[in-house]
Formats: sequence, structure tokens, C-alpha cells
Amino acid sequence: MILWFTIVTVVVAAVGGVLCVVLGLAGRRPSDLSVGALALLELLLIAQVVVGIVAPLTGNPPSGSLLEFWVYLVSAVLLPPAGAIWALLERSRWSTVVMGVAALAVAVMVWRMHVIWTVQQA
Amino acid sequence: MSTAAQPRRMTGIGRVLVIVYAVLALGATGRSLVQIVERFSHAPLAFTLSAVSALVYILATLALIFSASRAWYRIAWVAISFELIGVLAIGTLSLVRPDLFPEPTVWSFYGIGYVFVPLALPFLGLWWLVAHRPATVPGGEAAPATP
Repeated sequence: MILWFTIVTVVVAAVGGVLCVVLGLAGRRPSDLSVGALALLELLLIAQVVVGIVAPLTGNPPSGSLLEFWVYLVSAVLLPPAGAIWALLERSRWSTVVMGVAALAVAVMVWRMHVIWTVQQA
Repeated sequence: MSTAAQPRRMTGIGRVLVIVYAVLALGATGRSLVQIVERFSHAPLAFTLSAVSALVYILATLALIFSASRAWYRIAWVAISFELIGVLAIGTLSLVRPDLFPEPTVWSFYGIGYVFVPLALPFLGLWWLVAHRPATVPGGEAAPATP
């Protein structure tokens, strides 16, 4: 993985997540802003999939378990759309919180992926 | 807004509960899949428990989604009670007999690896179930979002 790109993804996920949770608790329904944050995050995650495929071929192999890395990545890619669908089936303030929770979970997962890639012991 | 005769759907803050359960189900499933595929013999008990906890989270997620139906509501009670017992028992066991858990499970040390969300979640789940019985009481539509 590429460190700066990981950081960008984690920051977008964390900021987007906190934003959605705050907007939701403030009573906002899903808007272009909150859904857009999730869409942007999904775009970055798809780019991470490309990075995950290409990086080992260009002399940037994972140091940890490749299987574990991909399990996390596939889960992370599925979360924003799943969260958005689940949220938009019922547009209430809690829908926005739901999207925030999904984004925050992605933030943790992407960071964990980077740890698996770079500093896995044994 | 909605008519009281409608069957109770998963609504409002309950949807947040479901997404948290879904995230834990995903995390626990992924973790136990990796553990069992890569090194099951290393810690068979811990990894079996990981798989069990993953199944419980999947079941609890589905049961909460469909908890308007009485059957699923009952399944939700069973799954979440099992989850509560699991996190308390495994959490305690991992403190008392750490040798049984050379590698962490979702429930080790009461879910410390998941910032204790696994410890809080069953209480929230049971609270939600108590507060949202399936349509036994007519007219008891879920309260609108709190102000």
C-alpha cells in the first residue's frame, strides 16, 4: 500500500464518518453532502483495490498475510454502499448516523490493512 | 405519521444498531475466516470461538432486521442473549486462562480489540428488543425520532 494514499483514505473516512454522525445527531436527513462523502470514500476504496493488485507487481509486496489484507479490503469496499442502501431505505436522521458508522468502520479497517501490509510480525 | 396497524419495521435508531451489528458480523467473520484458513491448529479453541461469535453476530443482525416477525424476534432474543453470555464468559476466561487464547477472539478481554463495543452491544440489543416487541400491543407504534 502507499502510505500517503492510505492516510488520505483514512482521513476521508474518519472526517466523513464524524461529519455524518454529527449531521445525523443534529437531525439532518441524508443529503448530497453526507451521501457524497460516502461516494468519495467508495471511490478511494476502489482505487485501493487497484493499488492492492498493482503494488506487489511493482516491488511493494505486503509483509503480512495477503488473505487477511484482502478480507479487510473486500469488507471495506462493501461497507459504504451497504450502509448507504440500508440508510436510504428509510430517510431519517438515523440514516445519516448509519452512514457515519459505516464510514468510521472503514477508517479503522483501512488503517488495519496498512498495518497488515507494512508491519506485520511473524 | 404511519398507521399503527402497520407491522413494526426496523426503524429509527434501531437501524443504527443493525449497522453496528453488521459491521461486527463482517469483522468477526473476516477475522475467523483468516484464522481458520491460515492457522487453525495454532489455537483451535480460540478460533472455533471466533467462528461461533461470527455466526452469532450474523444471526443477530438478520434477526434484528426481521424482528417485526415474531419468530425472528425470538431468534433475536436467543442470539443476543448468547452473545451477552459469550462476551462475559470468554472475556472472563481470557483473563483467567490466557493460555487458552494465544490469539485474540472478538470476545477476548470483553472485546478490548473492538473498543469494548462487543460488551456494550448485547445490552443495547436487549434493550431494543424489550422496547420494541412485535405487534402484540396494537397501537404501540415506534416512537418518532427523539427531539
